[in-house]
Amino acid sequence: MTYIPISPKERDAMLQTVGVKSLDDLFDAIPKNHRFPELDLPPALTEMEAATLLSEMAQTNENVREHMISFLGAGAYNHYVPSVVDHMLRRGEFFTAYTPYQPEISQGTLQAIFEYQSLMTNLTGMEVSNASHYDGATATAEAVNLAYAQFRGKRKKIVMSPTVHPQYREVIRTYSQGMGLEEAGDDVSADLEAGPEALMSLVDDKTMIVVVQYPDFFGRIHDYTKLIEDAHAKGALVCIVANPTALLMLKTPAEMGADIVVGEAQPFGIPLWYGGPYLGFFTTKKSYVHKMAGRLIGETVDARGQRSYVLTLTAREQHIKRERATSNICTNQGLLALAAAVYMSSLGKTGLQQVANLCYQKAHYAASELSKIDGFGLCFTEPFFHEFVLCCPKPASEVNEYLLDNGIFGGYDLGKDYPSLKNHLLVAVTEMNSKQEIDTLVEVLKEME
Amino acid sequence: MNVPSNLKYTKSDEWFDPANGAAGITDYAQNQLSDIVFVELLVDEGETVEVGKPIASVESVKASAEIYAPASGTVSAVNKGLADKPETLNSDPFGEGWMIKIAGGNAGDVMDADAYTAYCDGRAH
Amino acid sequence: MATIVEPTIFELSSPGRLGVTMPASDVPETALPPKNLLRSDLPLPELAEVDVVRHYTKLSKFNYSVDDGFYPLGSCTMKYNPKINEDTCRLPGFLYTHPLQPIETVQGNLALMFEMQEWLKEISGFAGVTLQPAAGAHGEFTGVLMMAAYHKARNDTKRTKMLIPDAAHGTNPASVGMLGMSVVTIPSDSRGNVDLKALEAACDDTVVGMMLTNPNTLGMFDENIEKVVNMVKDCGGLMYGDGANLNALLGIVRPGDLGFDVMHFNLHKTFSVPHGGGGPGSGPVGVSQRLVDYLPSPLVGIIEEGDDDLEPLYGFVTPKHSIGRMKAFHGHFGGGLVRAYTYISMHGPDGLKAISQFAVLNANYLQARLRSTYKIPYDRICMHEFVMEGQFEGSDVRALDISKRLMDYKFHPPTNYFPLIVHEALMIEPTETENKDTLDRFADALIAIAEEAKSQPDLLHNAPHSTPFGRMDEVKAARELVLCCWLPENYETLK
Repeated sequence: MTYIPISPKERDAMLQTVGVKSLDDLFDAIPKNHRFPELDLPPALTEMEAATLLSEMAQTNENVREHMISFLGAGAYNHYVPSVVDHMLRRGEFFTAYTPYQPEISQGTLQAIFEYQSLMTNLTGMEVSNASHYDGATATAEAVNLAYAQFRGKRKKIVMSPTVHPQYREVIRTYSQGMGLEEAGDDVSADLEAGPEALMSLVDDKTMIVVVQYPDFFGRIHDYTKLIEDAHAKGALVCIVANPTALLMLKTPAEMGADIVVGEAQPFGIPLWYGGPYLGFFTTKKSYVHKMAGRLIGETVDARGQRSYVLTLTAREQHIKRERATSNICTNQGLLALAAAVYMSSLGKTGLQQVANLCYQKAHYAASELSKIDGFGLCFTEPFFHEFVLCCPKPASEVNEYLLDNGIFGGYDLGKDYPSLKNHLLVAVTEMNSKQEIDTLVEVLKEME
Repeated sequence: MNVPSNLKYTKSDEWFDPANGAAGITDYAQNQLSDIVFVELLVDEGETVEVGKPIASVESVKASAEIYAPASGTVSAVNKGLADKPETLNSDPFGEGWMIKIAGGNAGDVMDADAYTAYCDGRAH
Repeated sequence: MATIVEPTIFELSSPGRLGVTMPASDVPETALPPKNLLRSDLPLPELAEVDVVRHYTKLSKFNYSVDDGFYPLGSCTMKYNPKINEDTCRLPGFLYTHPLQPIETVQGNLALMFEMQEWLKEISGFAGVTLQPAAGAHGEFTGVLMMAAYHKARNDTKRTKMLIPDAAHGTNPASVGMLGMSVVTIPSDSRGNVDLKALEAACDDTVVGMMLTNPNTLGMFDENIEKVVNMVKDCGGLMYGDGANLNALLGIVRPGDLGFDVMHFNLHKTFSVPHGGGGPGSGPVGVSQRLVDYLPSPLVGIIEEGDDDLEPLYGFVTPKHSIGRMKAFHGHFGGGLVRAYTYISMHGPDGLKAISQFAVLNANYLQARLRSTYKIPYDRICMHEFVMEGQFEGSDVRALDISKRLMDYKFHPPTNYFPLIVHEALMIEPTETENKDTLDRFADALIAIAEEAKSQPDLLHNAPHSTPFGRMDEVKAARELVLCCWLPENYETLK
């Protein structure tokens, strides 16, 4: 079926007004030899048939709610999404609107995103937040772009911890391939037990930005205050890639002195959705706002004296600045920023603290029970939040295969990214994991041969 | 439109004062840009600049522009206060809105006030 | 003090008020990390669920949306978003699959992605497709990276110039700027085509390629497209197609057949993924044979062939000279690909062709109805959109005033001031999902506004009058830069 609301009679009347005989006559400008190709696609389905087809495809998957016990995290987390979030997203006034270029008839989107910006600055402790990026990885790459623009290309070195998410590091390498950057620290064979101080020796007066993760990819909580002081002494900026759920409990990156705080806000009301769309958040200091990419919403008044909101500092953006813009960013993740805003406000301060505490408690229970099993142990000794590295008696890939046969996604196999961690699983625990699920994991692993 | 007769002008709407080496944007330019909300000076004291090299970046509510050096020489002063008060470029482009001073400045291809006035009139349509 | 129409969630907050709560912990308690690692306070709102629902429902009513009415925003393809998409993308099998699950447990997702790659190849005439890019601009950046990688692999290092027509979207030069290439602007001729003389002069062995939107932002299909493509290719350049305007071409012509090397799709324009108030979008990229090895990694491929009884095993594959990863995980699967897949499956070849036929008919119908009232600088049969001037001889009414006045007639305005090559541009894209009555009412409104521009111009200068908000003070917003709000001072003792 199609969604074209024009009857044959209306079509003919319209063709007559245009002054052509048939629909095909509208396409005379197209080269004749390539006009009207026969597309080899399946025949059209009705809505009922499409609903069935998609339902069958979805059911082919094993999902983490109905079929599997999951301890997978590594950048995407299985959290509870309150019912109210999707009810708000499903309002056509929100999801079928465009970017709020006409503020008089877009105050819904504008105020909601302004509130999202405010929630993110209050969470990170930073001064400004943009209206979001595609995801945590691209938000991190935009932090590098900001630094490059800030130093106007005069500093070209980036120092990045090997314990930043491997895919984020990969995206930064892709993004920066035209910039001629010098990269240091991004070495997966480095000593992974070393603390943040190990990066200090790499920071010099050519360094534009230092990128670290909080908690790091292995779940460890580091206080980056000293590293940041040192980097600032050399004139470099520091970007912290943070997990927003952890920030509900932990010292803010702003307190440590970070210049830019980015991350993946998927844990805040966005389903796993096989990896996207998610929500990259980007917060920084006010002094860098003109170099920050992405949309930005500011408060103002309208002609009637009413408080209202508009897209502001738009002259920074690609449609005006063209090739001189910091980034080519056009859309943000508007609807998902709304999801994060509804998630945070419906749980509120108390509900959010409960989520963080449950994650912390259950992860520590799991870590404690797992490390009691013969041959298993915790790899690192630093404090962690809801993710930790479990050292196994054999390759993590084999452990995972065994767990899969028992209906469990065991965790992320770190051997895929770190040659020295072949026997190591990155285990994530959230409020969705019951004690019973954790006990099942422990029991099953006890019986592994 | 204000076009002081003692200054020299470029086709890209910068002015240059041969007497003291000061440079900035013209009244015509600030009017075209409308409300200026951001200015960033791209050169520091002691740097050398050449004619046509970007010295500043300006953003208004609806437009952005690069500002180019109208003369070659050494930067002897920069107007540090400008970044905090970009609206000065709208209110007083030839006075408080000066951007940098270029010592020993050799002006590039510049016009006098009459020629610049005619040049602006020619673009009005 | 400004009047507050709807307080922010921070202002609505009350100390101790509870919303959604979580279950008690079912595990033995562990001590928290040392105090120096904990935050001292969490200054976030406290509301009940009903407060949240009423607040966001009220905000939603300040929005104009496709579900409310006609949204003829040029180059944005604001078509109707079928409701079935909203159901299919929320099927539990899609919602609750983790991106790092073993491939054996997500064969439904991977089959959908594989077929989507195949369908987009067939629709566009390309040899390969990546689904990874998150939006059009992201797809564009992906494309430009591949063009650069192609030349670099051939040691053709002097190619640094990208040719871009003056009518192009701002993202084109911005994408090029991100790679440190230079932009050479190519003017349009009097019929809205690429100026062939200017193009010829710019074509040499320093050209990376050309980024061409076709139909262009004037809504014109380039009448010399094959010549343009050949000129760029003859000097060793690659041809980039901006797929923003693909809604005009489904089943009409395939960019791959015309010789393009790379093009991004906007699933949120052409294939009915909702715009969501500014995202998320989805920007897959198609490439010709000579660029397939440079596609981002990973792609979805067949790992083990199937047979009559057995489905193939789908998994991830990495192209030989891949430019790398563009984002974390696999693209906008749930919100983008599932919706677009649903939409394409319901159209089939004939339905897709009908989309473009009627999108073009609707645009030409509006153009015909408005031709005698508004100046149309490039006046010939247009594709899915057209551009007219929003100004009248001897009047100080501008395109912006006309746009704002349209709101009083309950229409979303067209795109303003773009493309830059038309004075006071009003760019109108009706899409195929509007009926004749709506188009007639819209044309009537614009004709009435043209009358008002003569008889009572201030009515336009001060418009809109009937919307919940009037024109905004954008200078104040930019100069004062209030970019976030907080809980009120003395919050704890306030209520």
